[in-house]
This record gives sequence, C-alpha cells and structure tokens, in this order.
Amino acid sequence: MSIDPTRADIHALSGAYAVDALDDIERAEFERHLTGCPTCRDEVDDLRETAAALAEATSVEPPAALRERLLAEIRTVRPLPPVVEPAAHPIRARRRWIALVAAAAVIALGAVAWHPWTSPSPTQLTAVAQVQQAPDAQHFTTHLDGGTVTVYRSVSLDRAALVSRDVGAAPDGKVYQVWLQNPAGAMVPAGFLQPGSSASVALSGEAASATAAGITVEPAGGSPRPTSDPVALVAFAS
Amino acid sequence: MNDLRPVPGGAPEEGAPPGADLAALLQRSARGDEQAFAAVYDALSAKAYGLALRVVRDPAQAEEVVQESFLEVWRMASRYEADRGSAAAWILTIVHRRAVDRVRSAESATRRDAAYHDRNQPVSHDETAEAATASLEAHRVRSALATLTPVQREAVELAYLRGYTHSEVARMLDLPVGTAKTRIRDGLIRLRDTMGVGSLR
Repeated sequence: MSIDPTRADIHALSGAYAVDALDDIERAEFERHLTGCPTCRDEVDDLRETAAALAEATSVEPPAALRERLLAEIRTVRPLPPVVEPAAHPIRARRRWIALVAAAAVIALGAVAWHPWTSPSPTQLTAVAQVQQAPDAQHFTTHLDGGTVTVYRSVSLDRAALVSRDVGAAPDGKVYQVWLQNPAGAMVPAGFLQPGSSASVALSGEAASATAAGITVEPAGGSPRPTSDPVALVAFAS
Repeated sequence: MNDLRPVPGGAPEEGAPPGADLAALLQRSARGDEQAFAAVYDALSAKAYGLALRVVRDPAQAEEVVQESFLEVWRMASRYEADRGSAAAWILTIVHRRAVDRVRSAESATRRDAAYHDRNQPVSHDETAEAATASLEAHRVRSALATLTPVQREAVELAYLRGYTHSEVARMLDLPVGTAKTRIRDGLIRLRDTMGVGSLR
C-alpha cells in the first residue's frame, strides 16, 4: 500500500508506526515524513511510551541463564561512542564525490563476492524483498557508524533497496540521506536511512543506470543535493 | 571487577524516581559499566521477556530476542536521548521491533495457529500473576485498557502484543481497509491520556 507523503492523513499512521504495525514500504514513507514533521515525532515518542506501559501487564521472569549469557556476551562488545557531529565542507564536497566513488569502485568487486550476515530475511515479498530476491540481485556492503549497510540492486527491476544493521543515530537534528549517483555523476536523493538495530528502505530513483550509492549526514528533512562528504559509499559493479 | 549484583545497586541519587535511575544507569553503561548495565537488565528483563514472549510466543525465540535487544542496548546506550522519552520505553521499543521483525520474517505457523484462539482474549490474564511487583502498574494498565472501545482495544492488542500490521488487523477485525490504523492511534491516544503517559516531558 503506497502513501503520498504530502497527504494530510499520513499523520494518522503515527499510532501504527509507534507499535511497529506498518509494512516495510509504509514504514519507509512514514519515516521520510517524520524527518520533516516534529509534531508526528513528538506524538510517536508519546505513543511509544504508552505502548511500553502496556508491557507492565505482560511481565514474565526470564530464565536466569539468559542473564548469564547476556552479561558474558557484553564483555566482548565495545559500546558505541556518542555521535559527534562531523565537520562539513559543503563547497568541496561535490567534487570530492567523484574521487571517492572511484576509490570505492576498487573495493566494489570484493563487496559483491562477500556474503553478508545470514539474517532471517523477509519472506514476504515487500519492495525490499523483491529487490533482494531478484535473480540478478547484486549487493554491496559497507560500514557506517559501527554498523553495516548493504545496498541491493536489481537492474532488471530497476530498483534498489538498502538494509542496515546496528547503525547509530545521526547527530541531533540531522538525518542519514541516501543518494544514487546517475551516469552524469549527479547525486539524486533516493531516501533516508533509519538508524537502529535493523532497518530497510526501498530506494527511489533509477537504480539500473545508477553508478553508485552514498549516504550523507544532512539537516532534518534532507537536502536536494549533498552538503557534506559521504559517510558511506558503494560503487555498483556493472 | 566483574562481580555483578543481581539487583540494582550503586545507582546515583538515592530516592530519585526509577526512570531517572534507569537513564543514569544507561549513561554509565555507555561508558562500559557492566554493573550498571546488569542493573538496567534486572529492572526491565521481565517486561522485555514478557513482551517478546507475547509477540513471538516461543520461549526460546523470546530469549533470543531479549538477548539481541539488550546487546543492542549495551552497544547503543550512548544514543539514548532522554528528552525523547524514558529509558524503559526506549529499551522496550527496541525489544518490540526485534520481536516483530522476527515474526514477520518467519511468519511462524505456531503463532498464526495460536492467534486464532487468542483473538478475543483480553490482554491481561494469568501470566501477569507471575509479576507480583508489577501488579499495581498492571492494574493501572488494565483499568486504562478498559476505557477503550472493544475495537480500539483489540486493534491495539493485535498490533502491539501480537505483532500484526494494521492491514492484517483490519482483516482480522473485519474493518474497512485503512481504518485499523485510526483505531490503533485513537486507542493509544486514549491510553496515553488515561495513564498520563507522556506528560513527563
């Protein structure tokens, strides 16, 4: 089900979003809406608080062994640092993209051969899953803020999708914006990456002809073109 | 140095509200304090496990969801923003999302079968008896749920406690397409207002 993000009643999705009751596509579109709607952000925060209170009535003590396993596991894992806002150089940024993409192209072939995590991948044929399961699907993985980002592309479907895991929040008031680079070298807005344990978003734009995908930190609401160097970048192998 | 205590200990600001304690413990966790993290776990593990169990139903999978979620809490503790909500809500949101991701990807037959006879049961039955310490809070939740219309209550429960999408909820409750999301939102807003949640900010 597709939503026009400009429609007034998109606000009505706040409740379903707060309790994770949107499908992948709706979630991606509502998150796009959220980046520019402080009213909805506040409402979602409130309704999540409310939903969490429902868990009061469902408490069940977990087995003690779970605690032991968890506490043993965290000893081997380093907590992520706080987000420190990167210095942005808007004027130089665009020119540097080209060099960065060229550099990324070198590792692209390795990225294709590398198998990402064996996650419980969605069996529902969402837009994201359609790209992932396309016979000609390619995937390219890179790292971002302690997590991983994998861009999937299907040339035959002319669609791309992005799946991220364990990406920390963007700096306050900022968002992670995703771009596809067209053959002319221009960066075209393709969507937003949602931080968190796992997130997926279907990217908009012409994926088949795109030469690369990048992620930049942009002001809330996003930018028409990148205003800073990419924090993650993958070049598509043709 | 790793002698972890089973109950929250050494929390700063004796007598501060539990929410403030949790936020402070989370902050210490972000600095690598394993004792503080253990205290966070002890404070929320029953709610987290109970919630995961409701959604995924299988105890082994619920344990995995809780373990993955709290590992994420440990890693991401520095990203918690106190001005956006309580530490408990932040953590339970992570747990819920992971539980829902799991059932959506697996579409467990067990859960689907069990959902049929669960449909019309109220949210709070015998399981709550295991959480004696939470009984006051649980009573407050039950009272608040009782103020909802039957459709609102079922929509909220199917979405939050069973992990169904609003479109699935609409089908299950024979609602016109697109109206379940409104019932979910209306129900949550009424719960929020009844329980006074969110006025803390």
